[in-house]
Amino acid sequence: MEYLIHILIISGIYIILTLSLNLIVGYTGLAALGHIAFACVGAYTSSLLALNFGISPWIGLISGAILASILGAVVAYPSLRLRGDYLALATFGLGVIVYSIAKNWVGLTRGPMGLPGIPSFSIFGYQISNVWSYLILVLVFVVITFIAIRNITSSPFGRILKGIREDEIASQAMGKNVNHHKIIVFVVGAFFAGIAGSLYAHYISFIDPSSFTIMESITVLLMVVFGGMGSLKGSFVGASALIILPELLRFLGMPNSVAAPLRQIIYGLLLVILMIWRPQGLMGKYKFK
Amino acid sequence: MTMLQVQNLYKEFDGIKAVDDLSFTIEENSIVALVGPNGSGKTTVFNIISGFLGADKGIVVLDGKDISSMSPFKIARQGIGRTFQNIRLFPQILVLDNVMLGLKYKTGDRFSSALFQSKRMKKEEVENTRKAEDLLKFAGLSEKRDALAENLSHGQRKLLELARILALEPKIFLLDEPIAGLFPETKRTMFGLIRKLKESGKTILFIEHDLHSVMDIAEKIIVLDHGKKIAEGAPEEIIKNKEVLKAYLGKESL
Repeated sequence: MEYLIHILIISGIYIILTLSLNLIVGYTGLAALGHIAFACVGAYTSSLLALNFGISPWIGLISGAILASILGAVVAYPSLRLRGDYLALATFGLGVIVYSIAKNWVGLTRGPMGLPGIPSFSIFGYQISNVWSYLILVLVFVVITFIAIRNITSSPFGRILKGIREDEIASQAMGKNVNHHKIIVFVVGAFFAGIAGSLYAHYISFIDPSSFTIMESITVLLMVVFGGMGSLKGSFVGASALIILPELLRFLGMPNSVAAPLRQIIYGLLLVILMIWRPQGLMGKYKFK
Repeated sequence: MTMLQVQNLYKEFDGIKAVDDLSFTIEENSIVALVGPNGSGKTTVFNIISGFLGADKGIVVLDGKDISSMSPFKIARQGIGRTFQNIRLFPQILVLDNVMLGLKYKTGDRFSSALFQSKRMKKEEVENTRKAEDLLKFAGLSEKRDALAENLSHGQRKLLELARILALEPKIFLLDEPIAGLFPETKRTMFGLIRKLKESGKTILFIEHDLHSVMDIAEKIIVLDHGKKIAEGAPEEIIKNKEVLKAYLGKESL
């Protein structure tokens, strides 16, 4: 049972990542490949604050999210000039840079040794340490993220984002400040990714750079595309499906040495199949151009 | 009163003069056609006026205000509404939303209004939906309200693009080949709409390369050739102008 709850918690964290990346990629059409870097900043910020200064994880969570947003704003700047593949490369670079910093700035992050013993959240003196209470905590954040992103995308503001996705030049000709919107989208996306990172760190209680490799960014992007770009329901389906499907392999009695690479193969196959038969993803309406 | 003034505009692409010392003025509430053979620099002029291209020299004044160095979205807000030669709609969203993207909001399109679902946003949204529906009706596209823009025919897309810049309520309309590739019937519809715009006090500058099809609608014609203005005047004068005949036919008379 605990194992099942664990899977749900991890799914929840990935749903937050997927929803926030969907805002950037699916709704605004900005090809961003470094999403996990924001989660990395969130995770390390709140862990280090808690471990080194004994600061409450709640404050750490918010600080991590804010720091991730600042990084988001920094990334948004190249996105004002770069388009399509070039932006994908620039954000990919960001993912590599953040990962390298986490790995090599040993004095701060302890590098590959990671940070053990990260404390969990507590409410009114009650420690959120068992999986049930942590599941509830994660679900609360999933709901907050969902409501925020639904509000943003279903409003006139969100319509402008879709306009930017469809045609930037026409959006400018309609008097829309495209740059302003792109920056906001990156800041908001990074904010929620930072929250997801922090939730992950305080749940697992140990982080090291290997949790934030560029492969993770690609996995989150895959979840967005699999569920459907520009579909919030799709993000729930995409994230849960890609977390739960590989777990099912365990029940086939496969040794870990086979199951782990098989996970990557399944992801790859799913993506190929999807691109051939359903390029808009399971629940999406918007097709890749 | 002068609505738009273009003064000594120059633009070179790799040493080729696309616009060469061009000056003209557009009076308020008039219909002016910018004509010229292919490659004479008409669309370049539009791109400079609307800010998508920077001019090498020269200024553009809209309603007494110098807009030469503004970015495209600011120019659009100043009151220039343009369409594109190769039609730039928002393909994978609804026809109605395409028009609504042209409409102005006071506060409803802000991030904070969206995040907190403000009451004023909802009120503005209702008003704007009604406005957009009226504009679709004006363009004869009411039935297509809930279709995706990419599923419209060529003529309908041209009409939708017009409806979308109507939503912007610009001071001057810059229409880049509004009748190119249209059936005669849709062409008449388009001209009908342009005349209606003029009757309601709007100013229109449009591009067309076929001199004959603008004869009955334009009040003034400006003829470009190799980026230079070679003639300007009423349609009757232009059709008799020797320079114009030379540019179009390569000789001075038919």
